[in-house]
Amino acid sequence: MAIKNKKINWMPLLVPVISVLFALIIAGIIIVLIGKNPFMAYGKMLEGAFGSKTAWASNITKMTSLVLTGLAVGFGFRAGVFNIGAEGQMSVGAMFAVMVGINLGNVSPVIAIPLTMLAGMLGGAFWASIAGVLKARTGANEVITTIMLNWIAVYIGNYLVSGPLAVGQGTPKSPEVAMGAQLPALMTVQASSIPSSIITAVVVALIIYIVLEKTTTGYELKAVGFNPYAAEYGGISISKNIILTMAISGALAGLAGSVEVMSVHHRIFGSFAGGKGFDGITIALIGQNNPIGIIFSAFLISSLRSGSNAMQTVGIPDDIVTIIQGIIIFLVAADRIVKTWIRKLSFGKKEGEVK
Amino acid sequence: MNFLQAIFTSLTSPLFYKLTILSALPLMFTAIGGVYSEITGVTNIALEGIMKLGGFSAVVFTFWTGNPWLGLMMGMVAGLLLALLHAYVSIEWSANQIVSATALVLIAEGLVSFLMKPIFGEEGQSKFVTKLPTVRIQWLKDIPFIGDIFGEITVFFYFAIFVVIISWFIIYKTPLGLRMRAVGENPKAADTLGVNVQKIRYFGVLMSGVLGAIGGAYLALGDIGQFQEQMPSGKGFIALAAMILGNWSPIGAMFAALLFGAAEALNIQLQSLLDIPTEMKSLLNLLPFVLTIIIVGGFVGKTKSPKADGVPYEKE
Repeated sequence: MAIKNKKINWMPLLVPVISVLFALIIAGIIIVLIGKNPFMAYGKMLEGAFGSKTAWASNITKMTSLVLTGLAVGFGFRAGVFNIGAEGQMSVGAMFAVMVGINLGNVSPVIAIPLTMLAGMLGGAFWASIAGVLKARTGANEVITTIMLNWIAVYIGNYLVSGPLAVGQGTPKSPEVAMGAQLPALMTVQASSIPSSIITAVVVALIIYIVLEKTTTGYELKAVGFNPYAAEYGGISISKNIILTMAISGALAGLAGSVEVMSVHHRIFGSFAGGKGFDGITIALIGQNNPIGIIFSAFLISSLRSGSNAMQTVGIPDDIVTIIQGIIIFLVAADRIVKTWIRKLSFGKKEGEVK
Repeated sequence: MNFLQAIFTSLTSPLFYKLTILSALPLMFTAIGGVYSEITGVTNIALEGIMKLGGFSAVVFTFWTGNPWLGLMMGMVAGLLLALLHAYVSIEWSANQIVSATALVLIAEGLVSFLMKPIFGEEGQSKFVTKLPTVRIQWLKDIPFIGDIFGEITVFFYFAIFVVIISWFIIYKTPLGLRMRAVGENPKAADTLGVNVQKIRYFGVLMSGVLGAIGGAYLALGDIGQFQEQMPSGKGFIALAAMILGNWSPIGAMFAALLFGAAEALNIQLQSLLDIPTEMKSLLNLLPFVLTIIIVGGFVGKTKSPKADGVPYEKE
């Protein structure tokens, strides 16, 4: 038993690692099935993610908003809320950021940058709170409501860029935000640049870590997530904490929307999040909902995403990344299976299944 | 045409009622599928993915064999397989059912988009394939108004009637149905009485896979004869709302699906009748989604979910 207990400490790290490896193997088999060479494919993927300075720059640019959507979902999980709506909250955050950002004229960046970020956070928090309030008041399943809110955000976004905010010809788009509201690049590598927002994302991850681990609010949120009935018995209001969790979670996703606007596109094109909100689910689960873990898993997913673009050049649709993510999430959900594999690998057959 | 006139015009035309039924069909199959799964105590929010993979497989096999009936069968098999994965980890490994189902939605989405190009040579939509037939009943067609609605309608309409009746019968009138409900309310008591909890739950989840796939297949083979990559665009989740509103009963799910169908039909009708800018018209697409939120938010407390819904059962 002593050995077993020692091993369990490694589980939080081993389960996601094994899940990722297993997912890559299955995806490799799928690549073989459509008649391509998986080694070449993964080679291309590595090249696309790390092969050049430009690759690194685009990888880190992608990583920035993924850290934030991962935090959004992970923060929700810690407090027992499954916020599958980071996608919609990110879009609404971006819409709010643009609506504020385009009106800032010659305002100094010192004011314009925090204001635009705040607008995005408010937008995301507002959008998520709809689901939070419904869950707290009537027990409405947040998975269904946040997914519906994702769709609604898509239609509102498309409406904004083809109606009230429309500008120019061709692809429906909004005007650019004021210069003052655009985030400067941290460093520029040839045509692409590393946005300074990566610092924002990492700092936010650290703040969330401190909130969760070192504050009373964090303790209460985790208590509700761990066992709502016990928490309520201990005098913690469940409904207050559910609403608070959704609002913070949405604010994080909304911030992802604003930094995407402020440092990458400087405007919105209709439905905006492009799957980054859904990636947040995988990222949170791989990072075991730990803010520091989420930084690393966001880097893993941004590498997969950047790499998959390169894979497309050898005829492998980038949807393979969605499949890989699905398999990872599936295995993390069924973590007992993975734990049993690990135990079988490390102890031979004697240990048996862990149920 | 102003808003009130447009609503009045829609409500008095048989087309509105036909559109209501047609829009309700995929929701009806899928919501009843959800009923099977949830009354045995396993939530299944993977229905969106099941509809997608089911509809896609149905079109692929119709494309390959030219036979939409065979396509429908294979679609059902695909739905069954995806549901089997969910059942296996939920029932055998006490997996988090919400997370597992989310994973399956992603897998279905990824797999379908990934295979579009190798199979059909293009992304976005498939080639057109043979649709499943419509059923034309001449004497019904001769009746005014009603004839315009039911006189010639897709064969899926008759499947749906069959599924509603047979599901009601299975769930409320057979020993199997009694066991399903017992397992969903109190698995431990059912187990003590000798009911095989795991087997019953497998049955429930697998039925949801088959029915969800029929819902997905209707969108592709019943409606337009083509698979489009964005299908079923949220209908799997709307079906879950219909299941809740229908209070986890097949008949209730049918009426709830018709209500959502009416919202969709009104959306389609208003878009063609109202004199407003295009971008405003597409905003009307929000209607079914907003209705879903209102229903899920407003009725959850008032309907009663199975007690053990979503709770893994582990034998001691």
